[in-house]
Amino acid sequence: MEALLPVLIKTLFIIIVAVAAFAPVITWVERKQSAVMQDRIGANRADIAGITVLGLLHPLADVIKLLTKEDVVPTGANRALHLMAPLIAAIPVIASFGVIPYGGTYHFGDTTVNLVVADLDWGILYIFAIASIATYGTVIAGWASNNNWSLLGSLRASAQMISYEVTMGLSLVGIFMCFQTLRLTDMGVAQDSTFRIFGFLEHLGLVDSIGFLGHLTLPTWGIILQPLAFVLFLTCVMAENKRPPFDLPEGESEIIAGYFLEYSGMRFGLFYMSEFIEVVVIGALVTAIFLGGWTIPWLSQADIIGGVTPIFGVGVATGLCMILHVLTFFLKVIIMIWLQMQIRWTLPRPRYDQVMDLCWKVMLPLSLLNILVTGAVILWIQGAKA
Amino acid sequence: MEIPLEHVIGLSVMLFAIGMVGALTRRNLIVILMSIELMLNAANLAFVGFARAWNSVDGHIFVLMVIMVAAAEVAVGLGIVIALFRNRESVNVEDVSLLRW
Amino acid sequence: MSAPAVFFYLFGAAAVISALAMVLNVRNTVASAMSLVVTMIALAVVYVVLDAHLVAALQIMVYAGAIVVVFLFVVMLLNLRRDAFSRPRERLTKLAGVVFALGGAFAFLQLVPKSLPTVQAIPADFGSYAAVGRALYHDFVLPFEVSSLLLLAAIVGAVVLAKRRIS
Repeated sequence: MEALLPVLIKTLFIIIVAVAAFAPVITWVERKQSAVMQDRIGANRADIAGITVLGLLHPLADVIKLLTKEDVVPTGANRALHLMAPLIAAIPVIASFGVIPYGGTYHFGDTTVNLVVADLDWGILYIFAIASIATYGTVIAGWASNNNWSLLGSLRASAQMISYEVTMGLSLVGIFMCFQTLRLTDMGVAQDSTFRIFGFLEHLGLVDSIGFLGHLTLPTWGIILQPLAFVLFLTCVMAENKRPPFDLPEGESEIIAGYFLEYSGMRFGLFYMSEFIEVVVIGALVTAIFLGGWTIPWLSQADIIGGVTPIFGVGVATGLCMILHVLTFFLKVIIMIWLQMQIRWTLPRPRYDQVMDLCWKVMLPLSLLNILVTGAVILWIQGAKA
Repeated sequence: MEIPLEHVIGLSVMLFAIGMVGALTRRNLIVILMSIELMLNAANLAFVGFARAWNSVDGHIFVLMVIMVAAAEVAVGLGIVIALFRNRESVNVEDVSLLRW
Repeated sequence: MSAPAVFFYLFGAAAVISALAMVLNVRNTVASAMSLVVTMIALAVVYVVLDAHLVAALQIMVYAGAIVVVFLFVVMLLNLRRDAFSRPRERLTKLAGVVFALGGAFAFLQLVPKSLPTVQAIPADFGSYAAVGRALYHDFVLPFEVSSLLLLAAIVGAVVLAKRRIS
């Protein structure tokens, strides 16, 4: 049972930070970033006693509005399914935080702190499984609303989500081959090192030693080892989340609000929030897999602890390293959220058949090509070393 | 292991029995297909239980094969259901008992 | 009882109850499909308890996450709102069927000889993706390749069956 307490603390931490702190701020970021991009001011009227804080009170106003609105259930709708759908949409998204590490492993004397709620051996498969369950929220929402437009939206959504799940998995196979693991913590540790850019010349035997060029190193981040996989994965996971430009299921100008249509009050709030929480999940996932997780580039954990220990001692050094790593992780997540917002407000919405064509005719062949090339290069390097 | 093998097999048999009742008594074609999926799941559970008891990963391999076969079967089966619905506007199996005409 | 055993019995019971809900539900096909999803997720938890990690992940990804979605897709496309095929005594027949089936199951279990071969010890990475992957690609390569052909045949078949004939 005493093993349960650290898990509870970590769960509370990640839920408070991600769900309670990030998600409302993202609604503000969406409004302000789009305003900056479109050369306008954005929403800034919400105030408490006349003090507007750049519009930061709008998330609070949103929450109050959604909580106090009436929960309308349309006639002829299946009440149980209508209630269940937002829950099925929200729960898998929050559950995804269970395997994403926001820090490494730190040894404080006897105790070892591993900053991940559940260090599953098959961590990435858990994320894929959870993403598969999340499709039910949209599927059921459309059906339970007894409404043609909702049904159309949810049929589009389910087809889109299932298609992009396939490519999402395949695009990560290259990463699995490079890092030799499915465990997200091991991926973070593997990205803690650097490699020499011109080292391959030595491996191939073309030069004996690359001399001073050996100082040019890059961190072994996923995005550097697998740039195509990064682009594919980011596209697929944004399509999973039905974020614009893939927001045809909730196409605002075409099918009114798609599967959201008959939802009001906190049920709509749950759908809305789960979309934004998934933005955070996408940011955290891409950070953990491609952007080095919690690691600081060119400054590995051993370097930091080794550098600070002579001044302050091992305990303080490890604690400092832990805090630095957690802050780095959340900084990278913030950068990814910013990137998603940029993409959202830049790209127009493609037609539905264009979206499906993109998945099956462009991204699936590209991800298979990525697997082929990655396998070939790995075998080549291994063969050259032997 | 803490969970006796008999209990795992018992659960598998119960699920199989429920699936069999569903496949035999329901008249909605889609629910019949779902009951068949349930029976396949029960078989998977039996495989997993035995694989663990006898330290053989071959059981898991077989489960993968069963899942693949189930996926193929569902795809073709539902294609048949759609084609049938287009002809007869009904998924009631009693409407397709041609031999009794 | 240790934690894994608690999970096994709890989720085993959940699987049986939702399977019953699926089979005995005569009004709502979508609710039947959702009960099937719950059964499969409960079974996935049971697989995790039984050290079959890769199989559990694939069960949720493929079975609960894709196959039942296809079922729901067809139900929604064909707009099957009410399973209007039930006659008055239908429920009773089904319930009787289930009781007899479960009774038969228990009777069968009494006859299962207690002398099943002894349980062997399992290595630490039993059922992990590494162990299953090794077995799949070393011992079972041919079934693996043939199953990909099977899936290709199924895809082609499904497309041909569901296509509208151009008359």
